[in-house]
Amino acid sequence: MDVTGFALLLGFYLLGYALQSGLQLPIPANVLGMLLFTAALFLKWVKLEWVEEASAFLIRHMLLFFAPFVVGTMVFFPYIGEHALQIIASLLLSTFGVLLTTGWSAKAVDAAFGKRRPGKNAGAKEDISG
Amino acid sequence: MSLSELVHEPLFGVTLTVAAYAAALKLHERWPRIHPLFAASAAIVVLLLASGIPYESYRIGGDYITFMLGPATVALGVPLYKNAARVRCHAAAILAAVTTGSVSAILLSAALVWSLGGSMELIITMMPKSVTSPIALEISRQAGGIPELTAVLTVLTGLIGSMFGPALLRAAGVRDDIALGAAIGTAAHGIGTARIMRDSEQAGSVGGFAMGVAAIVTSLLFIPLYAWLQ
Repeated sequence: MDVTGFALLLGFYLLGYALQSGLQLPIPANVLGMLLFTAALFLKWVKLEWVEEASAFLIRHMLLFFAPFVVGTMVFFPYIGEHALQIIASLLLSTFGVLLTTGWSAKAVDAAFGKRRPGKNAGAKEDISG
Repeated sequence: MSLSELVHEPLFGVTLTVAAYAAALKLHERWPRIHPLFAASAAIVVLLLASGIPYESYRIGGDYITFMLGPATVALGVPLYKNAARVRCHAAAILAAVTTGSVSAILLSAALVWSLGGSMELIITMMPKSVTSPIALEISRQAGGIPELTAVLTVLTGLIGSMFGPALLRAAGVRDDIALGAAIGTAAHGIGTARIMRDSEQAGSVGGFAMGVAAIVTSLLFIPLYAWLQ
């Protein structure tokens, strides 16, 4: 993994953290860091080739970084068990409902504005996930 | 060094997580229906329960792994930048869909828990579960829910959306990258985004963008709710 890119990503995360805690913003440090980092890319303060390799590695293995959180749900298994019907039914149904509502709205608005472009995967050719 | 001392080393949790993930990825390559995050996490839970190793010991190393989510989320800026032209020409659709989705996430979970006879505390705890966990947790705390349980439900929501979302959406006729990414990013935050990023960089970059917008929209939607819930 390219170390310059990794250092820059950590730097923007730190910047997001400093802003979030300093200004008491209601947005998490990593999301703030992402917004600042994206802005820096557009402003050409950060060149794509500096960060491309490190970003590709981290994004390709992002599911790994969530694993301890999923394992941590085991502490609540007894509580979830007690309220199993309410929790599991509403988790499944509301997640499916949100997925469909959002997906169908995006389709409907896109159709209304007539901005459908040919080829649903156009532009996705350069796959960074390797 | 005894075994019980060994499991208190950060190295234990780090090694177990990376090894379980590596094995789960191999299974996923062989059988694509197996979700790598689900398989890895389930294997770790079973191992901890079977061996009697406390979760608190595992967590010492697990925290090192989750730390990497910080730089990985920042890294989502790269695909967003590379796909900016496509995202910009669909910006209206994405913003409208994410806002609609964020409102429906709050209303649907509240209505479902209420109709199934859940307590007010459980309703509030469930309401912010579609947004990224640090925000969901903070909203739950301010609104009078159980923040730790909200964090857990947020992770499970992400996992459900990540496991079943792509297939459900395709079956419902939502096939293009823009709508798919918006739906997954809104309903299943980073866990869903990480999953679709493996299929399409474009869908993944829309997912990362939608996740950020949903986080901001949901935080704003809760401001009037705080007063009403007090």
